[in-house]
Amino acid sequence: MIPQSHFLILSAILFCIGLFGALTRRNAVGILMSIELILNAANINFITFNKFLGSSDGLGQVFAMLVIAIAGASAVVGLALIIAIYKNAKTIFADKINLMKW
Amino acid sequence: MVKYSYLIPLFPFAAFVINILFGRRIKKLSALVAILASAISFFLSLAAFIGYLGGNGSYTVVRWLDFNAASLNFGVTIDPLTCMMLLVVSSVGTLIQVYSIGYMSHDLRFSRFFAYMALFMCSMLGLVLADNFIMLYIFWEGVGLCSYLLISFWFERASAAKAGMKAFITTRIGDTGLFIGILMLFSAAGTLNFKALEHSSGNQALFTIAAFLILCGAVGKSAQFPLHVWLPDAMEGPTPVSALIHAATMVVAGVYLVARTFWLFAMHQPSLIWVAYIGAGTALFAASIATVNNDIKRILAYSTISQVGLMLLGLGVGGYSAGAFHLMTHAFFKALLFLCAGSVIHAVGTQDIQKMGGLLPKLKVTGATFIIAGLAIAGVPPLSGFWSKDEILSEALNNGHPVLFAIGLMTSLLTAFYIFRLIFLVLFGKPRSELHPHESPATMTIPLSILAFFSIIAGFVGSPFMNHAFQNFMVFPQESYIPHAAGAVHLVMAFSTLAAFSGIGLAYSFYMLNNKILAYSVRSKFLFLYRIIYNKYYIDEIYEILFINPCIRLSRLSFKFDLGVIDAGVNAVAQVTVIIGKIKSWFDKYIIDGAVNGLAKTVRLSSGLLRRVQTGLVQNYLLIAFFGLLILIIIKFIKAG
Repeated sequence: MIPQSHFLILSAILFCIGLFGALTRRNAVGILMSIELILNAANINFITFNKFLGSSDGLGQVFAMLVIAIAGASAVVGLALIIAIYKNAKTIFADKINLMKW
Repeated sequence: MVKYSYLIPLFPFAAFVINILFGRRIKKLSALVAILASAISFFLSLAAFIGYLGGNGSYTVVRWLDFNAASLNFGVTIDPLTCMMLLVVSSVGTLIQVYSIGYMSHDLRFSRFFAYMALFMCSMLGLVLADNFIMLYIFWEGVGLCSYLLISFWFERASAAKAGMKAFITTRIGDTGLFIGILMLFSAAGTLNFKALEHSSGNQALFTIAAFLILCGAVGKSAQFPLHVWLPDAMEGPTPVSALIHAATMVVAGVYLVARTFWLFAMHQPSLIWVAYIGAGTALFAASIATVNNDIKRILAYSTISQVGLMLLGLGVGGYSAGAFHLMTHAFFKALLFLCAGSVIHAVGTQDIQKMGGLLPKLKVTGATFIIAGLAIAGVPPLSGFWSKDEILSEALNNGHPVLFAIGLMTSLLTAFYIFRLIFLVLFGKPRSELHPHESPATMTIPLSILAFFSIIAGFVGSPFMNHAFQNFMVFPQESYIPHAAGAVHLVMAFSTLAAFSGIGLAYSFYMLNNKILAYSVRSKFLFLYRIIYNKYYIDEIYEILFINPCIRLSRLSFKFDLGVIDAGVNAVAQVTVIIGKIKSWFDKYIIDGAVNGLAKTVRLSSGLLRRVQTGLVQNYLLIAFFGLLILIIIKFIKAG
């Protein structure tokens, strides 16, 4: 039996990798992928607590499924935005795009 | 016809309105308008007189005004006194206006002159018709106004403007007394109607004071001593004005007033005899000035003052009809004298009698009428002045005032002297300067002839030949107030005739024998007296020192006070306001505006700093959000720990 802390540490590592990626990647697609990692870290947490807190109704798993669905939807929207930005600015580097400045 | 008498003053008023509004357009026709109105008034007066003789009631209220407490009826009086005044005023007024056509023909303000004349006629006729004090006072001020306007008619001359002001202010002193008197009567009796007042019983002491105050008004208007100073200066006006207003009608308004309120004076005794004293004193005093003056019009002005004094003397000794009689005859011969003087001035262009002389052959009509008027005023029988003056003298003697009689006789002598001095110097002898006189036009000589006719015959109505018809007509209802004694009529007649002839003789010996200009020998003997009289007893100078200079000094003082205290105060307030304003402005600028601007600057500065955060780079936002989360977690742990 793998202890709960292992799952949580994995989740935390995954979150940190995602956060780091989101903060450091210049490529907008990379940022999007990093956000997916963060979401997956959250999914692991949901399932872990569902398993170890002894609830038998599977509510955490349902939430994980919901998050996956929403992540898919947000990826679609994000990619559409990236394509639109690329068409206008001819770049998808996040540090080149500062239209929201001031 | 009595009930239409209220129309008498309205016709001249209509003429005034027409002339003042359309005078420029109708030009010379304005004279016709004014004369026509006066003539209609004359015929209406005649009708009223005949109606009155026919026994048509004496008091008629034609319209009235109601006030809260008391009712003041505006009505007309038709009684002997009013009838006489109406006829005199309207007839003399009409003749003088006809004369004015010729006299004023070259004047620029021809129509304006006739407008004022018409207004005067309206006021004067209204004055004698009034049946109460308020109406009388309104018209009383009306004639005063016309007098002022006409004296200063040639206002381009500073002396004329000043004379008008002098006349207005001097008579105003008397008028104020009159008004106070009227108010006293009202408070004592509660009515102002002459008839009602006569039968009212009130505070008798108040009535006596009121009588003196009314006398004060009469003294001002009739130019009696001490308020006589305005009349000689009033000669600055055109000569027809002097004839109508300042000889025949307006100046006798005072006499009329005393006659109208005769019952008041008679019942409150000390007042009546004061009328006589003032009249007698003024008569002698003014006659003496007239003997040495050299201005043809001023001599006549002093003569008027003197004659009006005689009328008051007559009233004052109880001779109601005698005073009224002299008023009537005087109106004719004095108007004639003035018109003759005007004709002479018109002919020679000067008023100084020293420069005239020998005018009779050149001015035949004027000269002849002048002599008739002179004989009338001197009291030569059987001309009009003789009968009326005689009447006054006999009243004085018979009612027990020998001193007043002597003063009257002395005045008669002086009157004969100065008027013949005037006639001898102007009409006889040799011309004393280069003059080219010419007779006046017919519009001037015809009125002269008519007035000369009246000057001769007007006295007969009061003479024994007509059984004293005038006196019987003019009889005062309460004649019983005054003790009457039938006396030495023939003695008085002899005395007054003697006085007249000795005056004329004296003038002849002084001025005709040797054709001397002035009686130098007599003058040098009484040089001191001559100087005093020649300078009109220094009355003007005394007034200057006593009243006018203090008045001017007071005005200057008030001016200085105004400048130094009131103005300074106002200026100080203004300066304080300016300083307060400056402080407020500073406060507004630096405190209020400073606060508002400071707030704005703070916001701008802080927002300038904070906007740096908004880089627009999405990763920065995420980083900040992350650090924010971290801080929240740390706080959470610190709190929990």
